[in-house]
Amino acid sequence: MFNSLILGAGFAAGDIIYQLFAFIVLLALLKKFAWGPLMGIMKDREQHIANEIDSAEKNRKEAEAFLNEQREEMKRVRQEAKAMLENQKQMADQKGQELIEAARLESERLKEAATAEIKRERESAVASLREQVASLSVMIASKVVEKELDERAQKQLIDEYLDQAGDQK
Amino acid sequence: MEHHAPIHEFLGISFNLSNVLMITIASAIVFILAVVSTRTLAMRPTGLQNFIEWVMDFVKGLIGSTMDWKTGGRFLFLGMTLLMYIFVSNMLGLPFAIAIDSELWWKSPTADPTITLTLATMVVVLTHYYGVKMKGPKEYGKGFFSPLKFLFPFKLIEEFSNTLTLGLRLYGNIYAGEILLGLLAGLGGASFAGALGAFLPMLAWQGFSIFVGTIQAFIFTMLTMVYMAHKVADDH
Repeated sequence: MFNSLILGAGFAAGDIIYQLFAFIVLLALLKKFAWGPLMGIMKDREQHIANEIDSAEKNRKEAEAFLNEQREEMKRVRQEAKAMLENQKQMADQKGQELIEAARLESERLKEAATAEIKRERESAVASLREQVASLSVMIASKVVEKELDERAQKQLIDEYLDQAGDQK
Repeated sequence: MEHHAPIHEFLGISFNLSNVLMITIASAIVFILAVVSTRTLAMRPTGLQNFIEWVMDFVKGLIGSTMDWKTGGRFLFLGMTLLMYIFVSNMLGLPFAIAIDSELWWKSPTADPTITLTLATMVVVLTHYYGVKMKGPKEYGKGFFSPLKFLFPFKLIEEFSNTLTLGLRLYGNIYAGEILLGLLAGLGGASFAGALGAFLPMLAWQGFSIFVGTIQAFIFTMLTMVYMAHKVADDH
């Protein structure tokens, strides 16, 4: 047993040749059938992952840009809405002012009309009163005159009227 | 208990047929394992693909820790094949040994110094080959005289000692493991009391041998990459 411990005890030159041959054949076969394809797929995967990372980065950037754009848009819209609201408010204020002014004018006009009417009514009332006073005073006067006229004077008056009537004939 | 190697002559060259058999079996297992693992490749790895990708990442890590990926990438396949082949070889001798007519047939191929030294020499020769190829003959030659000129003899010795230690470390570890397993098995087979006594040490030693076999496969691949980095990397 121990004699084979000594280097070269079981020495066979053919082993060297066979081992070299076997190893080189194994290396060549594995390169063709195993390591090559394996290397290929690992490279492919590396490429794939790199691409994925790149595209993910790109997508992220795009999304960021889009977000910023949207944010700007939002800001703009908000400002627009604010301006619009302000405008409307101003317009409403103006309209209100106008309405108030119109109402004021209308009321003034009505007041004036009413004053004129009152004045007119008063004048007509005064006129009719004057008329009545005149007729009343005539009536009173005639009553008074009637009482004071005596028979002679009455006769004379009638004659007078008759004369006048006769003259007229 | 005395085992001989079944050595036969063929075309004037002697072959240890047990080694030939075990090398073939180990290579076949590695090949089948690798091909089955990479048969259904998918972007989303499942089952064995996960395992084989883990092996690839592991060897990538080994290479990455010794040199930069641009120079080291080409050694990935070599590293993976070495790692798996040596690991499978180390494991083969663990569960049993088969001896027919006192000729040992089933064992770890790496429990033979011829095999391990062949692998080690192959690796060292490859480092020189790539050293010349990637740095040019001039730069490669300069490597023997740096950092100091008089270190040349030591550098020369280093190459041989690297080869020897690389091969013999693996051989020693695996062979020692198999010897002890063989002794324990012999003790267990000798008597009932021996079987009782040998059971627990057998259990412990087999577990340890699995550990040692794994570690040795790792160390062999790691050192391959370290030697390679010495020869091909510019940064020292």
